[in-house]
Amino acid sequence: MTDLSELQRKHTIAVLVDNEPGVLARVIGLFSGRGYNIESLTVAEVDVANNRSRITVVTSGNEMIIEQIKAQLDRLVPVHSVVDLTEEGPSVERELALIKVVGAAEERIESLRIADIFRARAVDSTLESFVFEVTGNSGKINAFIDLMKPLGLTEISRTGVVAIARGETSM
Amino acid sequence: MSDGEQAGMTLSGAAIIVQALVDQGVEVIFGYPGGAVLPIYDALFAQNNIRHILVRQEGGAVHAAEGYARSTGRPGVVLVTSGPGATNAVTGLTDALMDSIPVVCLTGQVATHMIGNDAFQEADTVGITRPCTKHNYLVKDTNDLGRVMHEAFYVATHGRPGPVVVDLPKDVCIDQGHYEKPDLDNIQHKTYHPRVDGEEDRIAEAVELIARARQPIFYTGGGLINSGPEACAALVEFVNMTGHPITSTLMGLGAFPASDHKFLGMLGMHGTYEANNAMHDCDVMICLAARFDDRVTGRLDAFSPNSKKIHVDIDPSSINKNVRADLAIVGDVGRVLQRMIECWRERGHQPDEAASKAWWTRIQQWRSRDCLSFEQGNEIIKPQYAIQRLYELTKDRDVYITTEVGQHQMWAAQFYRFEEPNRWMTSGGLGTMGYGLPAAVGVQIGHPESLVIDIAGEASFMMNIQELSTARQQGLPLKIFILNNQWMGMVRQWQELLHGSRYSESYVDALPDFIKLADSFGATGLVVDKPGDLDDAIKTMIDTDGLVIVDVRVAKEENCFPMVPSGAAHNEMILSQDQANGERPSVTDDGLALV
Ligand SMILES: Cc1ncc(C[n+]2csc(CCOP(=O)(O)OP(=O)(O)O)c2C)c(N)n1
Ligand SMILES: [Mg+2]
Repeated sequence: MTDLSELQRKHTIAVLVDNEPGVLARVIGLFSGRGYNIESLTVAEVDVANNRSRITVVTSGNEMIIEQIKAQLDRLVPVHSVVDLTEEGPSVERELALIKVVGAAEERIESLRIADIFRARAVDSTLESFVFEVTGNSGKINAFIDLMKPLGLTEISRTGVVAIARGETSM
Repeated sequence: MSDGEQAGMTLSGAAIIVQALVDQGVEVIFGYPGGAVLPIYDALFAQNNIRHILVRQEGGAVHAAEGYARSTGRPGVVLVTSGPGATNAVTGLTDALMDSIPVVCLTGQVATHMIGNDAFQEADTVGITRPCTKHNYLVKDTNDLGRVMHEAFYVATHGRPGPVVVDLPKDVCIDQGHYEKPDLDNIQHKTYHPRVDGEEDRIAEAVELIARARQPIFYTGGGLINSGPEACAALVEFVNMTGHPITSTLMGLGAFPASDHKFLGMLGMHGTYEANNAMHDCDVMICLAARFDDRVTGRLDAFSPNSKKIHVDIDPSSINKNVRADLAIVGDVGRVLQRMIECWRERGHQPDEAASKAWWTRIQQWRSRDCLSFEQGNEIIKPQYAIQRLYELTKDRDVYITTEVGQHQMWAAQFYRFEEPNRWMTSGGLGTMGYGLPAAVGVQIGHPESLVIDIAGEASFMMNIQELSTARQQGLPLKIFILNNQWMGMVRQWQELLHGSRYSESYVDALPDFIKLADSFGATGLVVDKPGDLDDAIKTMIDTDGLVIVDVRVAKEENCFPMVPSGAAHNEMILSQDQANGERPSVTDDGLALV
């Protein structure tokens, strides 16, 4: 029975799809039409020869909702397979962000020092600005962003999460 | 050139479409022409294999295809033009999606180079129909047409059936392309592989659970009809082996013979007292190809609180959607039932006589409430009586029933008793007024010699009344049996019971004279308003050749009972008007918010 108080959990789901027109609209339409959350969604072709794309979606919901989301995704006609990376054992999650920091003097030096700690690279620089590239899990990127805020952060671009299971098994 | 190409042929896109339909064994399509589909109409003109039924509005075409599909077990095919043709089809497509009816709908589209330019009669058909189809396609290359056409039929008919749209730009229909008939028995879809065989160990576990149950009930749905007559035969066999009671959803009526004493009638909002109470009190529920719709479950947290639930469905997304299943089996219900029968036999199970007797005694007590009883006086025809007499006077015939939506639909479900599958066509999931007449057109096209009756409400009948012209053109002898209460009865009932008898906009004023209306469509019109004349009217209806409209003037303010009010539990049914007028659990605000 539906228990609305049941724990909401975040799940990262990987969906392998045929790269045909409209497939992303189907996935997004499913989420909006049925009222599921999308916290992040990434998509790119991963197998040119077989015309396949991989969608990584981070969503949240109670156990029943997550099960529904997976079943609903799986019955979309162009979907090859659906894997719940959160449930199926350890996985690696990464996100990339480009972060613009505008400032001078002390703050500028401080931002460089912090970037170094986070292994962020300056990929663009003027006398008044940096663009940092930082990779990691979303938590790390959030932390980096928080630290950059008082140092002149003006713009953020994030890829959203991509993820893959650890170990030798593949989807 | 490869061998494959040599084996095929080069044709115009329109000719490929028609050839693919022929290769699929399609005999009839329901459609309406327009600019974007003129090449296809041209190709149809040039052949004699496929019969085209010209409807009077595209919505009618889809419902007709649904009626055809549901009554014949074959997919229904629709052809409509771009823009307004496609948008008019949307209600029917949604209806087919909700009720899992296999329909292939071909829509015209502006030429590929004009797509996106707001061209004349352009609509984003794949965008609009994405959420209301099982799948859809926009074909951009004539060479893809053959593959897509066959894929569309595959997807519409495999797994949980549903509507598929193929959007066809005009240039793609005019250009030449390659076509080759595929090996239709061995089509393998790239990605779509619905699971049909249930997991063996789960089937065995289910059989054990059923064998050990003391108060079990079968709860069966429309998926049995979709699975086919063999699935329904397997159901009858298994239910007979176990001796357990069975109830059905609106969509599943006919899968199990209503005359069998094990059949408790329909369950749910207007289901029987015995069915709903047995569902509430059962210890093992065997849900076969039904989906725990809110019309069936009533208040979820009070739904059958003490039962172990077995759920068999071909669509994994139906499982654990509303109600948690203790034992889920994904597969075709016919195949799963077949395995259950074998497993029951192998293990030598016998029904537990003592438990069964006690359970049936309780059921008998609920039954003895006679929840469908009504009082028929001498003056005014009760709608229930009208259906009861219709049933008695037609049951020995080869008859198909369609309905519109409203009280008459529920009374039809309660009082017309179906012995076989595919005889009952109604809009369950979407509840689409205006479904019944065009659906009857489709049924009669599929069964030219049979008696096809649309049990209608006067308001619903007006929603697709233009299809009388289709019936006339095709010479279809449809019988339209209108329970005319001069109200949107179901709306009036809710307003009476839930909105303080404030009858806001639910009176159907300015109704046509149905006799004159019939006359103008070359049909026979009958009117009856006295209970004593009802049988004669029904007999005349049956015996009159051709299209007949019967205006049955019924009690205007009769309510449909039993009723599980929205937000209530199965065991909180209102059984009668007296109870509705008197003390009864008040509907909560949460309940009021439910549709
Ligand atoms: C297309 C559509 N619009 C509105 C409704 C809401 N609705 C449900 S039943 C009903 C009244 C039906 O009246 P009628 O056909 O006369 O049947 P009755 O209930 O009187 O038997 C209405 C308006 C609907 N189901 N479908
Ligand atoms: Mg009415």
